[in-house]
Amino acid sequence: MIEFQGIEKRFAGVRAVGPVSFDLPPGATLGLVGENGAGKSTLMNLLGGNLQPDAGSMRLAERPYAPHGPAEAMRCGIAFIHQELNLFGNLTIAENLFLTRFPRWWRSPFIYRTGLRAEAGKLLAQVGLELDPHTPMDRLAVGECQLVEIAKALAGDPRLIIFDEPTSSLSTREAERLFALMAGFRRQGRSLIYISHALGDVLRLCDDLVILRDGLVAGRGPARDFTIPRLISLMAGRVPEATAPAPTPPREPAGAVALAVRGVSRPGVVRDISFELRRGEILGIAGMMGAGRSELARILFGLDAPAAGELRLHGRPLQGATVRERVRRGMAFVTEDRRGEGLCLEASVADNLALAALPAFARGRARRIDRPGLQAALTPVKAAVRLTADADGRAVKTLSGGNQQKVVLAKWLLTKPGVIILDEPTRGIDVGAKCEIHELIRALAAAGTAVLLISSELEELTALCDRLLVLNRGEITATLARAEFDQARILAAALPGERSA
Amino acid sequence: MNRPGARLLRGALNQASLILFALVFAGFGSLSAKFLSPANLLNILLQSAPTVIVAVGMTFVLLTGGVDLSVGAVMFVGAALAGKAAPGGAGPAAAVGLMLAAGALLGLGNGFLVARLKVIPFVVTLAVMSIGRGFGLWLTETRALNLSNEFLQVGAARVLGVPVPVLLAGAVLVAATVVLGATPFGRQLYAVGQNAAAARRAGVNTRRILLIAYVLSGVCAGLGGFLSLAQLGAVSSKFGENYEFKAIAAAVLGGASLQGGRGRIFPGALLGATLIQAVENGLVILNADPYLYPLVTSAVIFLAVLVDATRTSLLAESHRRQIRVEP
Ligand SMILES: Nc1ncnc2c1ncn2[C@@H]1O[C@H](COP(=O)(O)OP(=O)(O)OP(=O)(O)O)[C@@H](O)[C@H]1O
Ligand SMILES: [Mg+2]
Repeated sequence: MIEFQGIEKRFAGVRAVGPVSFDLPPGATLGLVGENGAGKSTLMNLLGGNLQPDAGSMRLAERPYAPHGPAEAMRCGIAFIHQELNLFGNLTIAENLFLTRFPRWWRSPFIYRTGLRAEAGKLLAQVGLELDPHTPMDRLAVGECQLVEIAKALAGDPRLIIFDEPTSSLSTREAERLFALMAGFRRQGRSLIYISHALGDVLRLCDDLVILRDGLVAGRGPARDFTIPRLISLMAGRVPEATAPAPTPPREPAGAVALAVRGVSRPGVVRDISFELRRGEILGIAGMMGAGRSELARILFGLDAPAAGELRLHGRPLQGATVRERVRRGMAFVTEDRRGEGLCLEASVADNLALAALPAFARGRARRIDRPGLQAALTPVKAAVRLTADADGRAVKTLSGGNQQKVVLAKWLLTKPGVIILDEPTRGIDVGAKCEIHELIRALAAAGTAVLLISSELEELTALCDRLLVLNRGEITATLARAEFDQARILAAALPGERSA
Repeated sequence: MNRPGARLLRGALNQASLILFALVFAGFGSLSAKFLSPANLLNILLQSAPTVIVAVGMTFVLLTGGVDLSVGAVMFVGAALAGKAAPGGAGPAAAVGLMLAAGALLGLGNGFLVARLKVIPFVVTLAVMSIGRGFGLWLTETRALNLSNEFLQVGAARVLGVPVPVLLAGAVLVAATVVLGATPFGRQLYAVGQNAAAARRAGVNTRRILLIAYVLSGVCAGLGGFLSLAQLGAVSSKFGENYEFKAIAAAVLGGASLQGGRGRIFPGALLGATLIQAVENGLVILNADPYLYPLVTSAVIFLAVLVDATRTSLLAESHRRQIRVEP
């Protein structure tokens, strides 16, 4: 189907990928794994026509293949579902689906709306999304957007579909739905390339695996020849210390109440939320996508105002406190939307890291920034999240997805927060770095920081948390202590339409 | 989020141009009976025709997230060329061709620099504005050029009882609405304005889209310039001055966002342009101090930008997803 022959890509002289050579038999599903920055997305961008290789060549169905742009790749039957969503909120679903290949009135330049609606309806039905094709895109929730993205890939009737970390923003249930769709595509004889850091999924879904390390192929073969530990050691080039999140040893977080939430409501978002978060405690929030977890976090951090209820930080009310004041008083918030809210994409890594903690490094009357002091403080934080040291001067947008996430995390660690809200902190992060971030969260708690952890990964929550809240349609439907953690119980409380305590 | 106050405010902001429109007409109407006379209303419509056309072109550029500051200068260059060619026997027909060509060429220059060389639109079009003005002044040697009566006749002509300027502006409005709403180019333009990088990844030829948007803006400026010329019958060194501000204000008042990706031609740009012209017309009728004009016009523009900013933040708020239906 597709064949890479010594393909290579450099950015400003630095090699990101290659030389890489391997091939994918027609109809097969290939799993592509590697650490953050290993070159997975770059390799796929070469295949999808977003980037042009500096050396080497590709062959598609036995013929030379060198796309000049994504449009050409699509015409050749290659669809690419990117790591980040590429949808336009100001257009309708149907327009998003057919943006580059609108059906027209016979030979005219005008869009044939009736045909567009029918075609779009068919595609939406294929991915099981029951929405009017003329619905504006910005009305959709993230999970629905992901499905539209897949429907868009199907619009060109592709021979090969590339999935770049499609599950990183989906909950377990939605991911299962995606896997069912993928199985359907396989039956239709399409080839798939699947990129993910969830190695269990990769082993389960793929026929063949290619492991990338520092832009080179570090291993390949049929999926049944691999195990998760073997994959990890191939990815890292060494034997890993830990592979699965080890549970936090049981302990009694007996610190004082750091964050008290009483009766917080916001119409249309959350209702009557009450809980206490103690110093040294890791409190998890579970729930389906769209249950209001991130929205609650925004309210706690002062980005949205609650209509009712009371918030107290270390016993003092937070009423009317702006985000700046909250940060000054020791709150931190790692957003789930790193590109939209967490980063200044054009700015350098160093500037992004320094952003939240800048006031602490301003000296004297002129508030000059203490650069050496800042640098000294940055070094251990960067090491803690395993961010490469040479990244400092580069623009954040040139980092790989996972490394961007590490920047967001490190930025807030630098402020030495007393209460930290983590919204999907390990999204898009490779297995090795994930374990280290889990250790980091535990270390934070051990040092007395109160941690509120939002995650779509149940294993992450059950391994790390002392206590778990389950949110369902904006209401707390269960509060579970560590002894009561149980997948079925959490899911039952999280599923809309069901109520349990 | 759905508190009645917020909903009212959002409604008001979405209909800002209509509300302002009513206020301006009621205000001037109460100060002077002449303002609301049919003759004067037609006058306002005629005077706003060039602004409408230039604002339509501007809307295309604003939709991409850019801005075209050179439209006034483009009008001037075209008019200066037409004025220079007139003594040699070039009539209105030749002038239209000349002015459209000049507009297309300068638009192409803008588009090339923005799309290919990735220079910031503000800087590019500011430079082209200065160059265009300078070139026009050099052409006319800063003297006013009077044109033959033929031009004024075109400006005053009627087809089936409808004045030609109104007809032309109407045709441009319809054409632009169709292009934006019913062609792939139009929809892709919105995509590029929303997120250019994502549009490129989605396979949209973003460079081509940008280029065409600036060319269209230039062509519209050329056509608007011709209409203005046909109404004034002369080219002064101030010809087309401040049209960039009028056009931007008209487009923004009509709902176009300076951030790109949002805006409509109809009724937006039409209302906006007529509104601005009505203010000028009203001030003339009231015999207001001429030094007051720029102040009032800038107040209207300031209001337009303020409305845009408020509307954008409010829209962002309301588009945040709703999780629960309150009982
Ligand atoms: N536009 C760019 N300019 C400079 N360097 C880049 C650019 N894009 C990617 N890189 C670099 O290329 C390398 C490979 O990045 P890539 O995005 O392919 O990683 P990845 O395997 O997809 O990682 P992740 O799992 O985090 O998504 C990284 O070191 C990255 O910093
Ligand atoms: Mg990637």
